[in-house]
Amino acid sequence: MNRRSFLQGLAAALAAGSLQLVRAQQGFKPFPPAPTLGTPLQPIGVRAASEAHVVRYISNTLPSRHTGAAFAPIGELDGIITPNGLHFERDHAGVPTIDPKDYRLVLHGLVERPLMFTLDDLMRLPSENQVYFIECAGNGQNGYREPPEPTLTATRSRGLVSGAEWTGVPLRILLEEAGVKPEGRWLLAEGADAAAWVRSIPTEKGLRDVLVAYKQNGEALRPEQGYPVRLVVPGWEGSIQVKWLRRILVAGEPAMSRGETSEYTDVRADGRIDAFTWVMEPQSIITRPSGGQRIEPGFHQIRGLAWSGFGMVARVEVSTDGGASWREARLTGPVLPYALTRFVFDWNWGGEETVLMSRMVDDQGNVQPTRAEFLERWARNNRYHYNAIQAWRVGADGRVQNGDPALAVGAAPPVQAGGCGGEVFDG
Amino acid sequence: MVRIVLALGLFLGLWAAAGGYGIGLPLTDEQLASYEALPIVRPSGAGLPEGEGDPATGFEIYAFDCAGCHGPNGEGAPFDRLVADAPFSLDLPPHRFAVGNYWPYATTLWDYINRAMPFASPHNMDPDEVYALVAYLLAENGIIDADTVVNAETLARIRMPARPLYRVDPLTRQLFPWIELP
Ligand code: HEC
Repeated sequence: MNRRSFLQGLAAALAAGSLQLVRAQQGFKPFPPAPTLGTPLQPIGVRAASEAHVVRYISNTLPSRHTGAAFAPIGELDGIITPNGLHFERDHAGVPTIDPKDYRLVLHGLVERPLMFTLDDLMRLPSENQVYFIECAGNGQNGYREPPEPTLTATRSRGLVSGAEWTGVPLRILLEEAGVKPEGRWLLAEGADAAAWVRSIPTEKGLRDVLVAYKQNGEALRPEQGYPVRLVVPGWEGSIQVKWLRRILVAGEPAMSRGETSEYTDVRADGRIDAFTWVMEPQSIITRPSGGQRIEPGFHQIRGLAWSGFGMVARVEVSTDGGASWREARLTGPVLPYALTRFVFDWNWGGEETVLMSRMVDDQGNVQPTRAEFLERWARNNRYHYNAIQAWRVGADGRVQNGDPALAVGAAPPVQAGGCGGEVFDG
Repeated sequence: MVRIVLALGLFLGLWAAAGGYGIGLPLTDEQLASYEALPIVRPSGAGLPEGEGDPATGFEIYAFDCAGCHGPNGEGAPFDRLVADAPFSLDLPPHRFAVGNYWPYATTLWDYINRAMPFASPHNMDPDEVYALVAYLLAENGIIDADTVVNAETLARIRMPARPLYRVDPLTRQLFPWIELP
């Protein structure tokens, strides 16, 4: 920032400050302590009634609410842990009701000893606690729209991600109990939902860091997160982290199930279709200020989330001038591998129209691409793994809108409601 | 009694030694069968049960159980298109991806219909019905002739038009060099 624009900014901020002062004075009502006793002790806490509007986003264009997604309202949340009721959700056949007494996890196929575990068995085994993000491969799908949709919000841009502390037994322990035969290179995991969702995971990954999780932020998994037991596969796409886990068939070849062929495969710009696109690429997004919000001139702490399926967030940079210059943001709170990470950046807005952006680099050196770079590599009719920089345009009136640049490369395929993004493409 | 307890103790001890924690129970044949009743089918044909079906029989089932959601001939409305109306290309919008232009393995069709369709009352058909539905959809997609009978052996041999487009994600290839597509 040069001296002149700094001084201008300061003047504007002062003017704005006094405006805010006047508003705060006008809105003042006496604010005394409560005159009498409040709500008595309750067995379970509930949110303040005036926070009831903070809910997940579900597209009203879905043809069925038994398959589709609910987006975590990341535009209204802080920190790196998503409250359990606001964790994003993607189901393919609704949420089953499972009695924990009936629950069984079966391991069979290429193992020395086919085994069955009750929920209690799983809880008796050594446990691990890990803070991990889970992200739908369809997160960012709205970014494929061309031209970019002006009314996009942070929630609809990247709300198919959430963070939680997961407690569970390392899958390695179960695999060792059963004794995987050397030719058992694949784990075919199946859910107990009506779709009996199946995905194939290399045994190598299962032995490394997969969790068979039964607790989410300290309490039992929510039904929509797989109650009573789900897989948590750090860094990889959500659809492989099978919920309502019913069995693992150890096999010599992958299933090539519908969820790893017709869906969750990726079209490249050269027309090839990639299968097993598991790792979630580096992402960051400014959640505040973001699309749909309105800001006043003066001081703002820009806040956002960053994460990478390759490991840890190394650096986040923010631009407040449409990408002309970038400065490093501060990471605040825990910085953990495969976890959401918070970044903050102090900013004085002088009231002029501008564009805000964030970009991140992970500890393996992977860089979040621009929209143009991203669409050079991935096909325009691809559905998943959109991780391009999200830009927010701040208008002179303080209104924040999608600031993504339109690309002068012809119209994108027509969009149709459905599936994972919940509103863009089927799948 | 004492003998039984001792034997049980020895058994549990051995069991624990085998695995490490001795937690988790062995499966009886009957229990295993209840899992194998819903097979996870692989491209080699592993998991496919005995049985067979042809397109004409499949069309009758389809008209009754599926057409309401996928269109009279699989053109897809209100739900997924099942019959391709164009080859795969970079200009093809995703809601027109279908069995004939995007699915790399025919075995997936048997597995998925058997486990997940019809949407609201899945895994309820007998193997012959599923084979017939698969035969109908493959024929409608121009992959087999209208009179071809499909069974475990023929299904695993069918080459799908989209298969040559597929490869393992290059990043995954780096992480797991041994992975090949079936
Ligand atoms: C009540 C509506 C309904 C009925 C009836 C129904 N389906 Fe479906 N079908 C769906 C939905 C919804 C999906 C997508 C599910 C998802 O999102 O995972 C689907 C997906 C499919 C797919 C995968 C499409 C793709 O390209 O990935 C196939 C194949 C299929 N159905 C076949 C059938 C067959 C065969 C029947 C009849 C036995 C049938 N369906 C009956 C609603 C239905």
